[in-house]
Amino acid sequence: MNIADIINPANLVYEKTKVMNDVPMHYCPGCSHGVVHKIVGEIIEEMGIQDKTIGVAPVGCAVFAYKYLDIDWQQAAHGRAPAVATGIKRLLPDRYVFTYQGDGDLAAIGTAETIHACNRGENIAIIFINNGIYGMTGGQMAPTTLKGMKSSTSPNGREVSLAGHPLNISELLAKLEGTCYVTRQAVHTVAAVKKCKRAIQKALENSMENKGTSIVEVVSTCSSGWKMTPADSNNWMVDNMFPEYPMGDLKNI
Amino acid sequence: MAKFKGAVVVNTERCKGCDLCVVACPYDVLSLSKDANSKGLNFSYMSTPDNCIGCMACATVCPDACITVYKVRNDQ
Amino acid sequence: MTDQNNEEVLLMKGNEAIAHAAIRCGCDGYFGYPITPQSEIMETLMELEPWNTTGMVVLQAESEVASINMVYGAAGCGKKSMTTSSSPGVSLMQEGISYMAGSELPCLIVNVMRGGPGLGTIQASQADYFQTVKGGGHGDYRIITLAPASVQEMADHVSLAFDLAFKYRTPAMILADGIIGQMMEKVVLPPYQPRWTEGEIREKSPWATLGKRPQNKPNVITSLALQAEEMEELNLRLQARYREIENNEVIYEELNCEDADYIFVAFGTSARVCQKAMELAREEGIKAGLIRPITLYPFPKDILKHYASKVKGMLTVEMNAGQMVEDVKLSTCGKIPVEFYGRMGGIVPSPDEVLNALKTKLIEI
Repeated sequence: MNIADIINPANLVYEKTKVMNDVPMHYCPGCSHGVVHKIVGEIIEEMGIQDKTIGVAPVGCAVFAYKYLDIDWQQAAHGRAPAVATGIKRLLPDRYVFTYQGDGDLAAIGTAETIHACNRGENIAIIFINNGIYGMTGGQMAPTTLKGMKSSTSPNGREVSLAGHPLNISELLAKLEGTCYVTRQAVHTVAAVKKCKRAIQKALENSMENKGTSIVEVVSTCSSGWKMTPADSNNWMVDNMFPEYPMGDLKNI
Repeated sequence: MAKFKGAVVVNTERCKGCDLCVVACPYDVLSLSKDANSKGLNFSYMSTPDNCIGCMACATVCPDACITVYKVRNDQ
Repeated sequence: MTDQNNEEVLLMKGNEAIAHAAIRCGCDGYFGYPITPQSEIMETLMELEPWNTTGMVVLQAESEVASINMVYGAAGCGKKSMTTSSSPGVSLMQEGISYMAGSELPCLIVNVMRGGPGLGTIQASQADYFQTVKGGGHGDYRIITLAPASVQEMADHVSLAFDLAFKYRTPAMILADGIIGQMMEKVVLPPYQPRWTEGEIREKSPWATLGKRPQNKPNVITSLALQAEEMEELNLRLQARYREIENNEVIYEELNCEDADYIFVAFGTSARVCQKAMELAREEGIKAGLIRPITLYPFPKDILKHYASKVKGMLTVEMNAGQMVEDVKLSTCGKIPVEFYGRMGGIVPSPDEVLNALKTKLIEI
């Protein structure tokens, strides 16, 4: 059978989700954001909730998330996505409301909003992309930058005596009574992508069951910020990020 | 002979040549082209199409959702 | 007690009137953080439990920063949402207010001003005039600003502010002060209006993020445009809307100006003091009048310009170091002397002080 015979709508097994539009994403080649956007779109399509979902985009690389997924969106000020999502969900309790935030947004400038939304048990899903760096602004040190990890504002590596420790905020959030599901995932392999997709779907489902806040941390790569190829970034992430930010559920009620 | 036979279509304009699909493919089907798209990026293509079984690994890890996968049962 | 229209006349604080009026005008959501001298607003709401009656949501946030962003989220869904605070808290909200102006979101913010700068004092002040009418946050924007001078106006301005905010897709602020918030007066509360249904919201605010409709494009609330041309386009749209607001929505009160030689210009509590000073002046044979801007933005410049060719001078009285006086001077184009008298740090000037200032600064020179 030749290729032309195989490439036939009848044999289609995978295509870009219809929730994701044709606008080319601005992310750097190999960026984890693209994978996570894609699986969020797939989940929304599979759950049939495109008309009931409102996303909250952050400040950071994912600020333009609203250009790529065809759902209603609000773009929040830096770090304020959990507060914005609170406002939406409290007024529209029958909608799926999620935030999509990076580590600088969620764990530095927005720490208060994150912790208090989780502590109130807002019925929202928080998708947290942790790549240990500020990608959008050009690779500065983030709250989650590893000890000794180089960035443009820690050119000789993060020194704990100067900049403090990497912040394991998911562990912190798991301790709060308001959270029902806190999990740490990645999207560097086929198996990881499938697992992460199930986690995000569960987080969205939880948001309708009045169980409290769900957080899916996705340990991610930033090949531009880390100055490596995308494939090398995945390997570096496994070797260096995973020991500090171990995979798996931190809480699942 | 493999039970399934597959083929992928890469949206070459959307592809950024990140290489992650090439790495993810368990059957070494894909490579980055020497040709570049309009943005100057070397897109991915099936360099060994006969090896493809339509497992969707490439499409699953693709950050730009630019791979479409087709698959048929190999009855021959 | 009832008045002629058989409406119930109540006695309450300005802060309480805000809370009652919010529920009655069909407000969907209140998000706030305690700060003196306005905490009674949230306290009253929590006591009234409107979530059991109209369905209005009332939530105590972790900060003013969170409050204004909760308002952003709710307003983005086309809901009538509001927050209230006092000066230091409103400073914290400026980022969110700028975002709401840039994202063209309607909302109500109430600032019951206290003395500053810094932590300042809990006593009444009017020192946030610049912050409010000149744009306290970043970027070229304006917010509609109402300045109540009585408990009745505190109640009335709530639905007026929401109406204007939705008409022009812009935040609106009630700029009161600690006296107006804390004092008790008679008030007739506005009638109940039902909250908007989702169908009504979709009709009134087709931009609202209520969930994408299959036949429509997604709605996106954002103030971001990386292309300069696109950002200028947003700015031009906002500026055109501000001109429209300036042309259509000016509100002021004018007292005894027709025959006046001198006019006091003051808002809020200062205007009440000036009204008394005006009466004292008239008793002494000084023909004094009063112009009280009710909208601080848009500023009533035309009426000031009109009287600039008729009177001998104007005295602007404010509980600050002289802020609105700049707009009075701009409006009168240097045609007459415009003087200023003010007290700061939470002190309210007395009518005698104000009358004395009129004499020394404008008459006995």
